[in-house]
Amino acid sequence: MMKIHEYQAKNILARYGIPTPKGRVAETADEAVKAAGELALPIAIKAQVHVGGRGKAGGIKLARKTEEVGPLASAILGMNIKGSVVRKVLVETGVDIRQEIYLGLIVDRASKHMVLMASAAGGVEIEEVAAQTPEKILKVPLKRHLGMPAYVARQTAVFLGLPPAAGRPFAAIAQGLYRAFVECDCSLAEINPLVVTGDGSLIACDAKMNFDDNALYRHPEIAALRDEGEEEPLETDARRHRVSYVKLDGRIGCLVNGAGLAMATMDVVKHFGGAPANFLDIGGGARPEQVVEALRIITADPNVNTILFNIFGGIVRCDRVAEGILTAQQKLSLKLPIVIRLSGTNEELAREMLKDAGLIAMPTMSAACKKAVEISQR
Amino acid sequence: MSILVDENTRLIIQGITGNEGQFHGSQMIAYGTNVVGGVVPGRGGETCLDRPVFDTVAQAVAATGANASVIYVPAAFAADAALEAIDAGLPLVVIITEGIPTLDMMTVYWEARHRGTVVIGPNCPGVISPGKAKVGIMPGHIHRPGRVGVISRSGTLTYEIVNELTANGLGQSTCIGIGGDPIVGTSFVDALKMFAADPDTDAVVVIGEIGGTDEEVAAEYVKAEFRKPVVGFIAGLTAPPGKRMGHAGAIIAGGKGTAAEKIAALNAAGIPVAQRPDQVAGLVKQALGQK
Repeated sequence: MMKIHEYQAKNILARYGIPTPKGRVAETADEAVKAAGELALPIAIKAQVHVGGRGKAGGIKLARKTEEVGPLASAILGMNIKGSVVRKVLVETGVDIRQEIYLGLIVDRASKHMVLMASAAGGVEIEEVAAQTPEKILKVPLKRHLGMPAYVARQTAVFLGLPPAAGRPFAAIAQGLYRAFVECDCSLAEINPLVVTGDGSLIACDAKMNFDDNALYRHPEIAALRDEGEEEPLETDARRHRVSYVKLDGRIGCLVNGAGLAMATMDVVKHFGGAPANFLDIGGGARPEQVVEALRIITADPNVNTILFNIFGGIVRCDRVAEGILTAQQKLSLKLPIVIRLSGTNEELAREMLKDAGLIAMPTMSAACKKAVEISQR
Repeated sequence: MSILVDENTRLIIQGITGNEGQFHGSQMIAYGTNVVGGVVPGRGGETCLDRPVFDTVAQAVAATGANASVIYVPAAFAADAALEAIDAGLPLVVIITEGIPTLDMMTVYWEARHRGTVVIGPNCPGVISPGKAKVGIMPGHIHRPGRVGVISRSGTLTYEIVNELTANGLGQSTCIGIGGDPIVGTSFVDALKMFAADPDTDAVVVIGEIGGTDEEVAAEYVKAEFRKPVVGFIAGLTAPPGKRMGHAGAIIAGGKGTAAEKIAALNAAGIPVAQRPDQVAGLVKQALGQK
């Protein structure tokens, strides 16, 4: 589920014929002032961060005079919004707002269709509208082979109560959004708000697009939009090495083969009163090279005081996993206690190999989790 | 009996000459699965694992009378391989491949529904009816023939639980890995319906995880009409929201799809949910009235 910034999403949507306010992205106050010089007043200055709720956090300001742009931009740049530091602002022409609409597309797992969502209660988070006034949201499943027929767009315009003259432009926007969604392999694409201006025209004032990670291989231009500054550095590092890792704030570094077992291991650690430092899946095959990378990433987290391996080998040869652990231990000169549970082909051989390496071998998943919790709390 | 695969399964392997295809192909043959051939475009006429290789699924079906396919093709080509298998009229297609784009899978899902094909996966360990046939990548030796059905979104977590079932004398009728992607061919409810109709399945273990609402839908179905005991386990109580936990489908999105919600839904349907994987076997015994 790769995320991009508002300005990037607007650039993509503009290519699909969706009107967006004139504007430019800036990384310094000077650049912001320069960008503002080409724009009509008032001018909106918007923090470009992936987290939601930036308006409430003070990340969006309106300059009524050109002189205000510089100070406002420098106040927003560098601001910390829910852990995200603002490195870029979007400087764009303010819009005369008559009405704010929500228009979005998602992959709906339950119905196995793409679903168009629209609401006249735009400008606020759609989850809020869904929780409080679900009747204000129209949801239309779109069949893969039918796409977004014009009649769906017309029905939606009627539901939203748009002025008749806005019908055609709205249909063009809805169909453009659909084409962008499909052609870019989105998992979510939303325009919120889609503004009806004082003169009755439509313009996308904010946009959000998330992409299907599995499809990025066929969209190198989208993959290139990834902002690693928005990511947890260890997660970026892990992704580059094809290790599936999510950082948490506990003390027990977990290395597991398989995503479901990795989650269950974290849960069992918690069940015994401990706190996992991470989710980490080294893949069902648990190859030795992966084990080395995984250990390096886990031990780069200063909170980790205990390492817990849980490998259900099955067909995987446990002696190969043991080999990886021994290599990593030497290479990284590991000092932390390691609790290990290995089950599968050649597990006796693996235990023998690891016996002299000072590892604490446990026979079952629960026993290993419990042991790791005890050690971590010493 | 059992469901989906058994001694009558005549299996072809799409991607039989690749690393995965060859390795797991030989494992399946060693287990006793009747592998009748393979399909690799451009490699027709060759043999692999002593089985004939065909250019197309249609040729393979015509020549071998195959009635199931397992797909080990790389992600970029796997959806197309599945569509080819559906088009060839195979009633069962098991997709092992991880990383298939969601919109491609959506197309496969609806085409399969339209044609009446059962698709298992993608991003799954496959299906095994112990002692009869193994179609996938799971370790055969941890399974025993028996009367408990298993349905799971995960791979190694399923092995962990199956291993415990076997160690506790609870054999399995069929174990189905339905897959860890947002859109999979067969849901928990689809699989439960098959087990409902299987006279040789006495109880079912449902192994779910965060993301989506498939477990909640299954809970509703069990409450309304499933008459065999069900035991659950849900992974991901400690998973943070908004983060993908390995599986493409394992993500709490917009506050929805938490483990706590799923456990509550299963409990509300009268389904006991184990707190740890090693408690599942005990709950199954209780549910079956055994000690």
